[in-house]
Amino acid sequence: MKLRPLIPVLPVFLLAMWLLLNDSVSPGHLVLGAVFALLVTVAIARLRPLPAWPRRLYVAIGLIFHVLIDIVRSNLAVGRIILGASRYQPTVGFMKIPLDMRDPHGLAMLAVIITGTPGTVWAGHDAENNVLTLHVLDLKDEAAWVRTVKQRYERPLMEIFE
Amino acid sequence: MSASDVPLWAALPAAFLLVCGGLLTVIGSLGLLRLREFYARIHAPTMGSTLGAGCVLIASMLASSALAERPVIHELLITVLILITSPVTAMLLMRAAMFRSKS
Amino acid sequence: MNVILPWAVHFALACFVLAMIFALIRLLRGPAAQDRVLAFDTLYINGMLTILMLGIGAGSALYFDIALLIALFGFVGSTALAKFLLRGEVIEP
Repeated sequence: MKLRPLIPVLPVFLLAMWLLLNDSVSPGHLVLGAVFALLVTVAIARLRPLPAWPRRLYVAIGLIFHVLIDIVRSNLAVGRIILGASRYQPTVGFMKIPLDMRDPHGLAMLAVIITGTPGTVWAGHDAENNVLTLHVLDLKDEAAWVRTVKQRYERPLMEIFE
Repeated sequence: MSASDVPLWAALPAAFLLVCGGLLTVIGSLGLLRLREFYARIHAPTMGSTLGAGCVLIASMLASSALAERPVIHELLITVLILITSPVTAMLLMRAAMFRSKS
Repeated sequence: MNVILPWAVHFALACFVLAMIFALIRLLRGPAAQDRVLAFDTLYINGMLTILMLGIGAGSALYFDIALLIALFGFVGSTALAKFLLRGEVIEP
């Protein structure tokens, strides 16, 4: 038995997008945006048979902060590698990480987080064995990457989506 | 109404963010030239599209809010769009490169 | 009236133009097709940031819409190119 979500994600997101595009919160735009958001939600329900039910949104806030900190940190690391590239070319490499998460929305979020952080790119996912292939720019400490992905990203995502 | 009319409290952080964003983006694009193989190069432009674009968009929000004297946050749309879309392209390119180097 | 923000805008503008030149060199030189698509991806993001810079410099909100459109269509273009490299066609039956 799944819990009902606190907010319907897609209509609220669409309404916020409409208001941001028009750059106003006048009552007319609120009504028009709400009507459009509901219409699009109804129309798109047939296209996406698998709705996302995110829960425990307070976990998401912590996750967003972790991701922001990691983005800043890895930006500096990648910048240092590029500036020092004439002396020392980084050792690139693939690595495999076994995952526990099965939820497709959680996996999609994990893919965006990993690829959005400079220095790591999601390179593939084996759906049968649930193994993630990760490409790393500076592959020195494999265990540290496994720890980062599993504990920093995967555990909160599992709490949110499963 | 131009950039020199922005009050100082907004101009200082905005200028700092612009300088940071410009430097990050130029270093990221420099990586396209300096790194030797494709698998290393694919990591470089992510710098410009995450933190570089983020800095510039926050600075743009600060400057236009200070000019209009009300919060103007529609640059958030571009931020969200870039954050969602640039990983998709990077992932597809990575898979394309793996596929092409295999065959 | 202060000069610090116009100065920063010009500095960032120079940075983005330089970044676009780097991407253009990789676009013209790049040994493999995926290098060129990657360079194109970088090029449109830098172009979008340049437009935003012009918007801050002019203090006008009109540039925002152009930047949004460049971001949208650049994503569609580079994703279609990457998909073509991966599968040999863009829209599969």
